[in-house]
Amino acid sequence: MKEFAIITFPGSNCDYDCYRAVRDVAGQEARFVWHRETELGACDAVVLPGGFSYGDYLRAGAIARFSPIMPAVLEFARAGGLVLGVCNGFQVLCEAHVLPGALVRNRSLKFQGESVRLRVERTDTAFTNAYEQGQLLELEIAHGQGNYVADEDTLDQLEDEGRVIFRYVDAAGEPTDAGNPNGSLRNIAGIINREGNVLGLMPHPERCVEALLGSTDGKPLFDSLVRSLNGVWQPGAAPAERA
Amino acid sequence: MKAYRVEVRISPREGLLDPEGKAVASALRSLEFDEVEEVRVGRLIRLRVLADGPDAARESADAMCRKLLANPTTEDYDIRLEEA
Repeated sequence: MKEFAIITFPGSNCDYDCYRAVRDVAGQEARFVWHRETELGACDAVVLPGGFSYGDYLRAGAIARFSPIMPAVLEFARAGGLVLGVCNGFQVLCEAHVLPGALVRNRSLKFQGESVRLRVERTDTAFTNAYEQGQLLELEIAHGQGNYVADEDTLDQLEDEGRVIFRYVDAAGEPTDAGNPNGSLRNIAGIINREGNVLGLMPHPERCVEALLGSTDGKPLFDSLVRSLNGVWQPGAAPAERA
Repeated sequence: MKAYRVEVRISPREGLLDPEGKAVASALRSLEFDEVEEVRVGRLIRLRVLADGPDAARESADAMCRKLLANPTTEDYDIRLEEA
């Protein structure tokens, strides 16, 4: 069984959802790590959960990025450990410059809590190997600052290197403006680092892991992580068969 | 050491969409301020800083901006200071 460390910042509010997805749905060990800690302890993967760390003061994720636990998280990522950042966790990873770009206020200027449609752009990653290429997902968003921006060069680089992993799409599965809930450039909903071990996304896979919650489309993300931690999936392997 | 009043003005980077500025601009126009061409909404941070001189005060404020106060991907900043 693999052990997931879930970081809790003051203002995190999806930490328990992640805990439940990892422990009760994916059947792995999960453990909370308070942001004041300076060591992760033995673990196989790290989750930075959603929420409003430090009240989103200054910019979302800007203060959490300097929490005492963050050097250990960054070191874990540098050493190749798998790190998943969801929503506020994605914002923290951008603020920490582990992922490029930034998440600014939604173009609606409103907090948006709704179902969105996503397309899986790549399945040869540690986070998406249990999905099908181009699979359409229905996941929940819950954010006020989820509008992904980066300069044109960075966007082109992300595209060229195949680092856009999830994109907002319309009912037909196309990344149109109508399918874009928050104004994110190029409909980007989730990206990965160049090494392929750190993923950030705004939608909440952990809220969509049980039929009771309305969608199970987030479950394969956790399954993918478990498969890669167990060596069932390995980098460079052909896209896996659907789990 | 002297005390300096430092103002850091942070604004959305030129060329980047500023949805808040756009919303304020359209509200002003609906109030018939037709002369409004553009609005950008930023943030003002006032600090009191101890330093050996104005250059040192500016340097330390600049370091604070680079490290925490501004996000270079999305924001520009400008520092003004005077002796307190």
